[in-house]
Amino acid sequence: MLIRKILIAMVALATALSACSDSADSADNATELVLMTHDSFALSEGVLEAFTTESGITVTVLQSGDAGTMLSQAILTKDNPIADVAYGVDNTFLSRALEEDIFLEYESPLLSDIPSGLIVDARVTPINFGDVCINFDKAAFTSATPPQTLADLTLPEYRDMLVVQDPASSSPGLAFLLATVATFGDEGDYNWRNYWQDLKDNGVLVTSGWTEAYTGAFSAGGEGGTRPIVVSYASSPAVGVYFTDPPPAEAPTAAVLDGCFRQVEYAAILDGSDAPEAAGQLIDYLLSTQVQEDIPLNMFVYPANQTAELPQVFTDYSPVPVATAELSVETIELNRETWIDEWTDILR
Amino acid sequence: MDRHPSIARSRRWEIALVAIPLAFLCYFFVYPLLTVLITGFVTDGKLDLGPLRTVFGREALLNVAWFTLWQAVASTLLTLLVALPAANVMARYEFPGKRLVRAALVIPFVLPTVVVGSAFLALLGPRGPLGIDLRQTVWAILIAHVFFNYAIVVRTVSAYWERIDPTLLEAAHMLGASKAEAFRRVTLPLLRPAIASAASLVFLFTFTSFGIILILGGIGQATIEVEIWRQATGLLNFEVAAALAFLQILGISAVLFLYSRYQERKAVQFSHHPARIAPRIITPAQRIYVVANLLVMTLLLGAPIFLLVERSLQSASGYSLDAYTGLSQRIEGLGAPATTAIWNSARFALVATILAVGIGLAAATVIAYRKGWLSRSFDALLMLPLGTSAVTLGFGFLLALDQPIDLRTSIWIIPIAHAIVAIPFVVRTAVPVMRSVRHRLREAATMLGAPPERVWREIDLPLVMRAALIGAGFAFAVSLGEFGATSFLALPTNPTLPTAIFRLLGRPGTESFTSAMALSTILMVGTAVTVLVIERLRTNGLEDF
Repeated sequence: MLIRKILIAMVALATALSACSDSADSADNATELVLMTHDSFALSEGVLEAFTTESGITVTVLQSGDAGTMLSQAILTKDNPIADVAYGVDNTFLSRALEEDIFLEYESPLLSDIPSGLIVDARVTPINFGDVCINFDKAAFTSATPPQTLADLTLPEYRDMLVVQDPASSSPGLAFLLATVATFGDEGDYNWRNYWQDLKDNGVLVTSGWTEAYTGAFSAGGEGGTRPIVVSYASSPAVGVYFTDPPPAEAPTAAVLDGCFRQVEYAAILDGSDAPEAAGQLIDYLLSTQVQEDIPLNMFVYPANQTAELPQVFTDYSPVPVATAELSVETIELNRETWIDEWTDILR
Repeated sequence: MDRHPSIARSRRWEIALVAIPLAFLCYFFVYPLLTVLITGFVTDGKLDLGPLRTVFGREALLNVAWFTLWQAVASTLLTLLVALPAANVMARYEFPGKRLVRAALVIPFVLPTVVVGSAFLALLGPRGPLGIDLRQTVWAILIAHVFFNYAIVVRTVSAYWERIDPTLLEAAHMLGASKAEAFRRVTLPLLRPAIASAASLVFLFTFTSFGIILILGGIGQATIEVEIWRQATGLLNFEVAAALAFLQILGISAVLFLYSRYQERKAVQFSHHPARIAPRIITPAQRIYVVANLLVMTLLLGAPIFLLVERSLQSASGYSLDAYTGLSQRIEGLGAPATTAIWNSARFALVATILAVGIGLAAATVIAYRKGWLSRSFDALLMLPLGTSAVTLGFGFLLALDQPIDLRTSIWIIPIAHAIVAIPFVVRTAVPVMRSVRHRLREAATMLGAPPERVWREIDLPLVMRAALIGAGFAFAVSLGEFGATSFLALPTNPTLPTAIFRLLGRPGTESFTSAMALSTILMVGTAVTVLVIERLRTNGLEDF
């Protein structure tokens, strides 16, 4: 009988719990937008709420996995989209998204504030960019020279020092592979394949993702790692300072600004949205300085809008790399799978 | 065909018992899955088997299939080898803290693989306590699999073992059988259904292993599960992903079919002894045996857990509780305080447990009391979700569940997804217990004039309740720790504990890292407490039946 009482109590409790949780389905006729994005999406408290106050449009954020997962969900649901705006598709996947024709054209009035190099198609609006670069632990190079270029990493003095991510499972890993393709070429006597063979011979360590590499294996990652060189972002030194309490006078890590690969993230209106106009307003808001200046310290990337001011810690420790490796979105789409397979065969 | 006079006679009951689980499973599992397969195999209204040809034509993909199979077999055997002595200790000996140990065993089971993966990387690295670098070797994978699945074997088998009537063994001894002989000819045959049950679960879990393989596996080392994920989300090859999902389901179905045939043939009815007070340890040899097993548990289960707790207490100035005291504040990157995730996980787990226990018990009753292919297929169907890729299930929901009610982005989909994965646990714990109820007991009761309902209530129900409670514990734990399917749903920023932990781990800064470790610790403690409460219930309410 005790059991029955417990069961009854559990059912009652569960009903109560679910009833009190989602009573927010408001009956008013304010426009509601759904924004689908990846796991790394984050803004300061109140930033999205300010948009609601200004425009009367409420925004629900759906988050799931990485950019690839988000895009695959957008493609699979294209007949009956689950969101109005997709944010976070990057240039390594963009061509596929455009092929699938899941986005509506939209021209934001704020496009004039965005460097023309970031704009690739009328259907997608660039929101931010991040540069995947080699980072090193300064403490390991007090008496030695840190690497200056990608080519340096194959030298014997950097043996067993580098940790990278598997491009098959990691977005910075893929970006770094693309950086090597852009730097050493896809053909020729010494192309990216030869370079990776040399990296392998020089003791490169491969992890499945950014966390395992930066937090786990990197000697400045804080978890007892032993490798002083890691693939991360140009913004990592600033982020490292920002998250250290109290902030050190000098950044303990630095980024090598040669051979970086630029990942540009785009927002777009999904074809089939009930409220494309409101969706456009949301994209404008994402491009406004209000959001753009909030992006660096929440998502650790650079704002696309040139009028947005970078936080002090970024300008001090993580200047924007000037020259980055370039590959067109079409070239990436055409070769992504083959390159990853070839890479796997070389490193296995 | 049906020899049981009690429950199965009541046809209306029987139909409900089949219909409810079947309807639930068809709508939330079979239908989404078929939708995924149709998306992969049908182009312009015509069946296209091209994706399957692609899979068979590529050596790399065939290697993936082979690796998936052999590592699952190896992991299952290794887990049995390590866990069976422990099951014996838990069933046959009384020692201080036994209940706590039994509850703590479940902890690894709920830990998100992404968290444990990083703990194992540290433990099995060159500077770990073993002193050898096992990273990116298959040993790291096997050890981690034992860590995760140890509890399944220990708990399932020991619950069964402690009910074997010791007079059977005494009789064997009196008839001149040695200890080993008595074990081989009496205990082992009686235990076989429980061992097969546990082994089949371990096999399913390791066959579809994801996070462990991803983090601990070497380059290019992938299970079908990992490859499905990579094809679908990394390369956007939905057709190849669907073909792989099809092969995975096919393989799992074959194994499940063989298993349920075996289970039916081998099910032995034996006198159920009320769990008697296990003997205290008497001889020095027994002491060594028990202590040795406890040591294995402590090392295998304790080391990674200790590492997580220790890391959650780290701060710039030595150890501190900052990560815990800050949980009620909004955490950057979660968009909510961590307490929201704790609250979400608790209520989702509660709803999922109720769903899983209700549906699981209904199904188990049918499977246990009916024979024949129908019952067997039903059994296999219920187990299938365990062998189905989480990516496939998550994407299946997205593709299929938009009508009549759009559930795709509703939070209700979370407890439903969890229940689908938890039902097999309820079924697995309940069926062997139900099958082993001696039906002579029931027949006697019937002959004495008890109506079937009463027989069921007084003979079967208490036994079933015991199994249900164990199943509920597992279901709750499964839901608390479920990461796969949840992470492939597009959900409102409304994370569960495992998804919150994963999100925090992906962010820079030691603060995020210690928060993730603190949440892992809370997840562990929450599970252990839940299981402890259930264990207590079990002995208080059902001491004798």
